[in-house]
Amino acid sequence: MRQSYGKTLVELGNENPDIVVLDADLSRSTMTQLFAGEFPNRFFDCGIAEQNMVGIAAGLAASGKIPFASTFAVFAPGRCFDQIRMSIAQPKLNVKLVTTHGGISVGEDGTSHHSIEDLSLICSLPGFTVIVPADAIETAQAVRVAATSYGPFYVRLCRPKVPLVYDQDYRFNLGKAVTMRQGKDVTIIAMGLMVSAALEAADDLMREDIDCHILNISTLKPIDKVAIISAAAETGAIVTAEEHLEHGGLGSIIAQVIARHYPVPIEFVAIKDTYAQSGESAELLQRYGLTAKDIKQAVRSVIKRKGG
Amino acid sequence: MSLPKLGNSSSTTSADNVKAEVFSSLSIKEMEEIAKRLRRHIITMTGKAGSGHPGGSLSAVEIVTVVYCRLLRHKPSDPQWSDRDRFVLSKGHAAPLLYAALAECGYFPVDELLTLRQMDSRLQGHTDRAVTPGVEMSAGALGQGLSFTIGITLAGRLNSQDYRAYVLLGDGECDEGQIWEGAMAAAHFKVDNLTAIVDNNRQQIDGWNRDVMNLDPFNSKWLAFGWHVIEVDGHDFTQLIDAFNQAKMVKGQPTVIIAHTIKGKGVSFMENNPYFHGKAPNAEEVEIALKELE
Ligand SMILES: Cc1ncc(C[n+]2csc(CCOP(=O)(O)OP(=O)(O)O)c2C)c(N)n1
Repeated sequence: MRQSYGKTLVELGNENPDIVVLDADLSRSTMTQLFAGEFPNRFFDCGIAEQNMVGIAAGLAASGKIPFASTFAVFAPGRCFDQIRMSIAQPKLNVKLVTTHGGISVGEDGTSHHSIEDLSLICSLPGFTVIVPADAIETAQAVRVAATSYGPFYVRLCRPKVPLVYDQDYRFNLGKAVTMRQGKDVTIIAMGLMVSAALEAADDLMREDIDCHILNISTLKPIDKVAIISAAAETGAIVTAEEHLEHGGLGSIIAQVIARHYPVPIEFVAIKDTYAQSGESAELLQRYGLTAKDIKQAVRSVIKRKGG
Repeated sequence: MSLPKLGNSSSTTSADNVKAEVFSSLSIKEMEEIAKRLRRHIITMTGKAGSGHPGGSLSAVEIVTVVYCRLLRHKPSDPQWSDRDRFVLSKGHAAPLLYAALAECGYFPVDELLTLRQMDSRLQGHTDRAVTPGVEMSAGALGQGLSFTIGITLAGRLNSQDYRAYVLLGDGECDEGQIWEGAMAAAHFKVDNLTAIVDNNRQQIDGWNRDVMNLDPFNSKWLAFGWHVIEVDGHDFTQLIDAFNQAKMVKGQPTVIIAHTIKGKGVSFMENNPYFHGKAPNAEEVEIALKELE
């Protein structure tokens, strides 16, 4: 994903001289260094000063540039929420925050570096578009769309390599959920690296005669209500799956849509109200309940509630 | 000229006074009159609104007068003109002052000043760039304007545009860490098209800076961060003009003008009185203040 982001930035840089990139001393990790290498004049390393970086990005946007600002997801919005709120969101400036190392799959660096609140924070800001791509191909597409659509964007990537769920022909459609698989018994609504876990879970569940419908909700905000409501109507049960706290992320957003428009049983695969710890990425996902196995369990229990 | 000719009714607006490109050069005597007019606006606006921040608006009147009468290249008829010089008000609570200056320049009718802080007014309690013509930055949460202005100056450099950007900071505002992140970055990026002005009235909300959070040695802090530093009497037009001219000549580093001012300047009972930081004058106080400002 990160590599894909870096490469896409270079392509965009070649296509549009107004693309500028900012980083906060993490360009080797966020991969903005690829852009820095090609366009040193249009790259601004702001040092370890995220609040200032966000403000500079806002000023660049107010002067006609299209700034991409990157750091780890835990530092933006976490470290500079008020700056994002007042300098970018309120005036609706054309700033693209692309953060990497979202979620707990960051791994060994531990809780200080696990970003499990960022989506809740950023989705709370009126006017922000929020995207969580499911793989490297969708990342490239989403970054392109962010560059060419006016307004504040937040794109959240994760650290580890994730399996491809799309092929090169895929076209990302802003604000539209993607049906990854048709099914009739239950809908799994997933985002980020949980999409591939959902696909894996659905294969297994087929053997139990449970036919799963899967939506990749890569645009978390604005949410594709139509797709969610029709999935609820057609399958009668929903499981959400996200690499984020249960509160304030995908699950909360879907629950609100469902409660308002088409109440059906819903279960949440997400991090419960807790911080994680150091560990390997896969170990952490397992320990904190973010695997195909957890999705399967959630599917079984939601189907029970559906029946009852 | 960026401001209506003195003697014009200030409620006649924009069109007549707008030139394609505005470089104005009012005399000091004329600027004194303008300053008085801005002060009167601040009193009547906040008085009418029943809330707002007169103290820190009054202290920066001369600074803003020089900026709009002598400094800025701008077009009130085309607020988004890409080659304009930019004035960023970082201490967004001084919005009444900025609105008064913008109205006098013709960005919107002077009469509109009386809608300050009312429902559906374009004149929000703190500045909002999305709704008010001529406002460069949405502000109100202190500490963010310098960073924003660095972005503006970097864009100008990338585009080979020769505009300059000015940012007005409060001294209390300089308690914020982000100001010093910006100070470091402005020097690092060598944005010599940026001039910061600190309205150094030595007061913040809870009292004198030295008691709340000491900023001294203020001058040497900026020096140490790599800035060209100029100190002036912030109510003296000649000193301010000289300082701005000097700032334009400085190459390879940003300039800060530390302008020594008096909070509430021009209204006897508001001067150096933290009570009027965020308190509007009542009807009686408005009357007394306006008399003093005749
Ligand atoms: C981040 C933030 N914290 C607190 C406030 C509340 N506040 C508004 S004005 C002010 C004092 C500002 O002092 P100074 O910058 O010296 O302004 P001046 O005295 O010139 O009005 C404070 C604390 C705020 N607006 N923003």
